[in-house]
Amino acid sequence: MTRRWTLFDTTALTFGFAFLYLPLLVLVVYSFNDSRLLNVWGGFSTRWYVELWNDKVLLTALRNSLGIALFSAAIATFFGTLAALALVRYTRFWGRPLFTGMVYAPMVMPEVVTGLSLLLFFVSINAERGFWTVTLAHTSFTMCYVAVVVQSRLVAFDRTLEEAAQDLGCPPLRTFFTITLPLIAPSVLAGFLLAFTLSLDDVVIASFVTGPGTSTLPIEIFNKARRGLSPEINALSSLILLVVTVAVVTSSLLSKRALIPAR
Amino acid sequence: MTNVRTDARKRDSLAIGAVRRDFAPWLDPAAKPLIRYEAVTKQYSDFVAVNNLTLNIYEREFFCLLGPSGCGKTTLMRMLAGFEEPTAGRILLGDQVVSGIPPYRRPVNMMFQSYALFPHMNVEKNIAFGLVQDGVPKNEIADRVAETLRLVQLTPFARRKPDQLSGGQRQRVALARALIKRPKVLLLDEPLGALDKKLRSETQFELMDLQVNLGMTFLVVTHDQEEAMVMADRVAVMDKGTIKQIAPPGQVYEQPASRYVAEFIGDVNIIEGKIAEVGEHQVRVTRSDGAGTLLIDLQNEPVSVGQEVAVALRPEKLVLHRDLPTDTPNVLSGDIWDIGYLGDWTIYLVQLASGQIVRVSRANSRRFVEQPLTWDDKVHITFASEAGVLLTH
Repeated sequence: MTRRWTLFDTTALTFGFAFLYLPLLVLVVYSFNDSRLLNVWGGFSTRWYVELWNDKVLLTALRNSLGIALFSAAIATFFGTLAALALVRYTRFWGRPLFTGMVYAPMVMPEVVTGLSLLLFFVSINAERGFWTVTLAHTSFTMCYVAVVVQSRLVAFDRTLEEAAQDLGCPPLRTFFTITLPLIAPSVLAGFLLAFTLSLDDVVIASFVTGPGTSTLPIEIFNKARRGLSPEINALSSLILLVVTVAVVTSSLLSKRALIPAR
Repeated sequence: MTNVRTDARKRDSLAIGAVRRDFAPWLDPAAKPLIRYEAVTKQYSDFVAVNNLTLNIYEREFFCLLGPSGCGKTTLMRMLAGFEEPTAGRILLGDQVVSGIPPYRRPVNMMFQSYALFPHMNVEKNIAFGLVQDGVPKNEIADRVAETLRLVQLTPFARRKPDQLSGGQRQRVALARALIKRPKVLLLDEPLGALDKKLRSETQFELMDLQVNLGMTFLVVTHDQEEAMVMADRVAVMDKGTIKQIAPPGQVYEQPASRYVAEFIGDVNIIEGKIAEVGEHQVRVTRSDGAGTLLIDLQNEPVSVGQEVAVALRPEKLVLHRDLPTDTPNVLSGDIWDIGYLGDWTIYLVQLASGQIVRVSRANSRRFVEQPLTWDDKVHITFASEAGVLLTH
């Protein structure tokens, strides 16, 4: 059943999407601006992309960010999946409500508090602050997101599949790797991508726990923006936008294929 | 006793129910059971699923656990598969106590009610799964999978995923996967429950052939009495964690041990009464509704005068008459209250003077009937003394 589009619908939709995407569009367009001034159009150019390519500080920050995101997402996916398994499978154990609450708490915790507490912790154990402290900090706050995503899939998982595997002679650990994991893989992958994105995006927590010499991309952009924006940042942001779009489209295609089997 | 016939036929020489083949190890005291449940109890925190139950199942037997949902039949099966452990008592498979052995080391395989096919593997991989776990060589796996696929007629579907199959095909994949390892016992949890009626009756006979040809022991859980009656060598009727009767299907139907079994299996009319006289072969029962007496053959269980009993009458053993016959000791009179025409059978519901409704079924062996019975007709129901079953509990 289709309904005719009224003027109201069209207007609402146009303004809604404009509100969401016009700023991004301006950003992308001005990344190709030849002028040094952000608000004056000086003709088409890719010079800011070239300049970005030669900016050692930004490229180092980018490498740091990608490394931290990769490691922290991997660790968070491992522990988050385990936490989800524990929460779904062992429905009755002592202190379960407390444990559940503690897994979810980082989602609602103000980032400033998380950052500060982690900083105090790292100082008290005398850890040298840098790449690994940021990685650990990001793991601790992205793990709960992985747990939530994987848990939703596990709740719907038919456990008689595991019983059938065991009945046919498959020990529990092998059952997990041959039956359970392949079937929950889309949600584990989705959890990984979510953790990766969250880590890549974080400024506040990283600022607290990072040390001299290790700067992440968002921190660097933030610093540059305070010193006065250069169109180089527009170029960088456009590239990030491209990467994120490709990642999101790929993951949604992947999970769609996992749900609808190939005919 | 004057009215009682003393030349009653010797019941022992007569067969009961359908006789399929000469197989009755449970009657042989020297036969050794393959599966033994010894005083098994399974208690959950709030209820007892299986209560102090003892049961022997023999090799090559097709055994059905029959009962309403929640009667403990599935728990009984899952304890043999190893998914549940008994709270008390023990289970033996051959000479081995299986308690404490994990499911993946038990020589039994199970076909699940939901089939539990692995959705990410094709038919071939699903069926091969059990052999792969045992480390069987690759070429042997291929041979046995091909053979099993032929057995269940699924060869053209080997490369399909489970969600590309029909319900009947999925059922056969589940069956193939469970029997490829040739387990000592094959457990089947409601194996035909998800199939439509026509497919179900075809599959019943296929399962029976398979069981005989493979020489395997089948333990089937079902709530469908027709399924149990058709397939099983013996049926255990269960209620609230206990077994009410274990017997071949014909005996469960024709000689129910209790009112519960009589009412659970098939349709039955129960006439309440009190024993008035006890003869050598027959007893006279005074009806509680005050409408006379009934003459019923004595069963194995002894009864005494004055005892409260129930007489169970199967609808197909009752005969309808327009005029009161004179030569029969057992008459129930009433009006036709309702008629149900089923094609092969017609069901007449007759209301007695007491208000009780008695169900009578008549085979429609002729296409045309003179003066058919209709609503509110006065009728008399008669039955032979051997048609009634005396039930004391």
